[in-house]
Amino acid sequence: MNTGAEGFLERYEGLAGRLPGDSAMRAAAADAFRLAGLPGGTQKRRIEAWKYTSLRPVAEAVFRRDSYPRHEAETILAGLSLLDSPRAVFVDGVFRADVSGGLAGGFARFADQPDFGTLSWPDREPMVALNTMLAADGAAFHVHAGHDGGVVQLVSIMAGESDAHPRHSVRLDAGASLTLVEISAGQGAYLLNTVAELHLAPGARLTHIRLQDEAATAFHVSTTYADIGAGAIYDSFTLTLGGRLSRTEVHAHLTGAGATAHLNAAQLLGGSQHADFTSVVGHTAPGCSSRQTVKTVLAGRSRGVFQGKIAVARDAQKTDGYQMNQALLLSPDAEIDSKPELEIFADDVKCSHGATVGALDAEQLFYLRSRGIPDAEARAILVRAFLAEALDAVANETIRGRLETAVAHWWMRQAA
Amino acid sequence: MAAVTETLDTVQSVTQSGYKWGFETKIEMDFAPKGLNEDIIRLISARKEEPAWMLDWRLKAYAAWLKMEEPDWARVDHPPIDYQDLHYYAAPKKKPGPKSLDEVDPELLKMYEKLGIPLKERAILAGVDPDTVENTQIAVDAVFDSVSVATTFQATLRKAGVIFCPISEAVREHPDLVRQYIGTVVPVADNYFAALNSAVFTDGSFVFIPKGVRCPMELSTYFRINARNTGQFERTLIIAEAGSHVSYLEGCTAPQRDENQLHAAVVELVAMDDARIKYSTVQNWYPGDANGKGGIYNFVTKRGACRGARSQISWTQVETGSAITWKYPSCVLLGEDSVGEFYSVAVTNNHQQADTGTKMIHIGKGSRSTIIAKGISAGQSSNTYRGLVRMLPGATNARNFTQCDSLLIGDRCGAHTVPYIESRNPTAKVEHEATTSKLADDQLFYCRQRGLSEEDAVSLLVNGFCKDVLKQLPMEFAVEAQKLLAVSLEGSVG
Repeated sequence: MNTGAEGFLERYEGLAGRLPGDSAMRAAAADAFRLAGLPGGTQKRRIEAWKYTSLRPVAEAVFRRDSYPRHEAETILAGLSLLDSPRAVFVDGVFRADVSGGLAGGFARFADQPDFGTLSWPDREPMVALNTMLAADGAAFHVHAGHDGGVVQLVSIMAGESDAHPRHSVRLDAGASLTLVEISAGQGAYLLNTVAELHLAPGARLTHIRLQDEAATAFHVSTTYADIGAGAIYDSFTLTLGGRLSRTEVHAHLTGAGATAHLNAAQLLGGSQHADFTSVVGHTAPGCSSRQTVKTVLAGRSRGVFQGKIAVARDAQKTDGYQMNQALLLSPDAEIDSKPELEIFADDVKCSHGATVGALDAEQLFYLRSRGIPDAEARAILVRAFLAEALDAVANETIRGRLETAVAHWWMRQAA
Repeated sequence: MAAVTETLDTVQSVTQSGYKWGFETKIEMDFAPKGLNEDIIRLISARKEEPAWMLDWRLKAYAAWLKMEEPDWARVDHPPIDYQDLHYYAAPKKKPGPKSLDEVDPELLKMYEKLGIPLKERAILAGVDPDTVENTQIAVDAVFDSVSVATTFQATLRKAGVIFCPISEAVREHPDLVRQYIGTVVPVADNYFAALNSAVFTDGSFVFIPKGVRCPMELSTYFRINARNTGQFERTLIIAEAGSHVSYLEGCTAPQRDENQLHAAVVELVAMDDARIKYSTVQNWYPGDANGKGGIYNFVTKRGACRGARSQISWTQVETGSAITWKYPSCVLLGEDSVGEFYSVAVTNNHQQADTGTKMIHIGKGSRSTIIAKGISAGQSSNTYRGLVRMLPGATNARNFTQCDSLLIGDRCGAHTVPYIESRNPTAKVEHEATTSKLADDQLFYCRQRGLSEEDAVSLLVNGFCKDVLKQLPMEFAVEAQKLLAVSLEGSVG
């Protein structure tokens, strides 16, 4: 059996005609993927967008297609301490009605109603091409005009050495609102390669919280496209804790006047983890604002990557764009690579970014120690304070509480 | 306040929009045939009477270049360059190697006079007591197309132990020094344009400051492209031995032409223990006309190696010319507590494209770097800051501060910032900040209300925006740079 790009292409050819949805779109994506290959894998030319992250380990991995004992997934699910609200659970990329619940009429499966949407760029993003080629299932949420969809959880459990390519979508009509909590976890050396499309009609509001807590041996790639209409608000926060190699990529397009995007994130890495947070905020309409705070804490031999671009088109006058990206290196073997980028074609704008890299402040540590706080605890306090700016942006207290617990667990794992 | 008055005077003195350095000097030229191959490289090497090792070095670079691809990562856009359609060697026809200024073609001297470059030592000193101006003298090396035509003050410098001469002369007169250092900072196959330069470079300056010597005057090279269909490929090598100091200035212009001309230079700096090199550039190659026709393609590799402890290299650049600028003056901070600095103003107007910035590679303990970059875009131009700060595992307690500000004048231009920050040492501290904004309406209004014309007001505000960089320039150049800023932005408002 072939590995890497050839392996995926063989699988696609073997499945020909049996995958749901537009087969022409899949064929075009397969052509794009054949041409591009896996970034860092078999390609000849370096792609600037993948400068700091190579998917060579993904290209070399063998993903099994056999199923795993059902109870393992259930054990993982039970350990997630989910919120008491509707949930759509996907196991190995396939929807599982038996462990999902509370879903109202606005939910549909990609397997039943396949729709690839209009926002993604399989021809530009190799991993989106791979997803488009092999996507078999996914969740679609639709909230009607003026309605509040409440809090919905989208859970992914991976429990074998397999790969999955879920295709999700969220459609909020004018004035609708939804809080989507996305959680991914699992065990084994698997690949989860998600694509999500988010459509926010004028005045809509989507709060999007993501907790990536994959297995330490797993690969996680997710690409999100958001189209944010006039006056709509896309408020997102991503906490990355797990995975051997992960990449979270967001393309947020502010397409209606006065739209707002918040793309906050925190990455906490240890061991030999590699995590990449890449975002593009496209200001195409006038009077929009974007805010972004990304914090990375690195322990062990981990490597963190941040690439954040704010692109302002000619017509996007009165744009207000701000981005802050900070990294804390806790170990001499950790590495951070950061590339904040401004691309500006309009003159009446206010755009800025800042980036800092450094260790824990020795003076702050000394201050706490001199107050009788033990070293480990003092460090924990300072790391927590470092993360606060990003975490505090999560308005929902229950959810923020869960995220803080996850951070505390991560810290305990590092200290142990 | 003097600077402001100066700026206003300049704006008034420049009547019609234009590039006043755009004239062409009619002079008999000696050209190599068009095209690039091993024979042309042999011809250049022969004309320069180079030793065999230099020719081998060039051929090695050429072989490397043939295998390389032209880079396409910069945010610049131009039709493909036909490297076979250029003359790689052009020199004024004259007996080779003028022995003194009296032998230099008077047409050439007239040109440099027009440019305001005081070549004739006598002219500078006329009517002035030599003793009182001793400290403000500037030694000039003038490079015309492919050859250095004159270098002034050589005798005075020699007395101090300083070597300042055309690099072609250094290859003949000081082969060991050149051989020891050339290509050690920018290797022959460093990048496409550096490899091309290494194969065909024709002239440039060589500076050697011996141990403990503070160079008695500012050194300066003036580059001039004159001939049609030529490329200029100069190479500069500056070596500052332990404890020495030198300040070096570089200026450039070219005639106004409809076709594009290629300029691919390489500059290498080496600073040993406690040495300091200050390298200032006022780049004013012909930028092309208002419709983007003509202009120089400026693809330059500049890099300094701070090899010694406490060594310091400071780059200051004012980039107003060229149709395309592709230039990243960098510092490799090897020495403990070494210091790298980059101060830049890049102005683009009409259809100019600039992709410029710096690289600070921190290797040594306690190394420090500062980057201040100001970009101003007007017209339909594109202005990109691209920079890298890299902290390697050995760079304990290293420090970087970066500030990039962009100013947009008009809604048809682009301003971009692409910094790369890489750190592999937790004790290293990196700070980066960038802003983009337009000229503030309230500031413009304030100036206008005080009776300044719109153009004067813009010029004043732009000079204020660039002040942090301009103040780094030696005085004579600061004045020239302010004038250039005003001229470059002409017609960008109103």
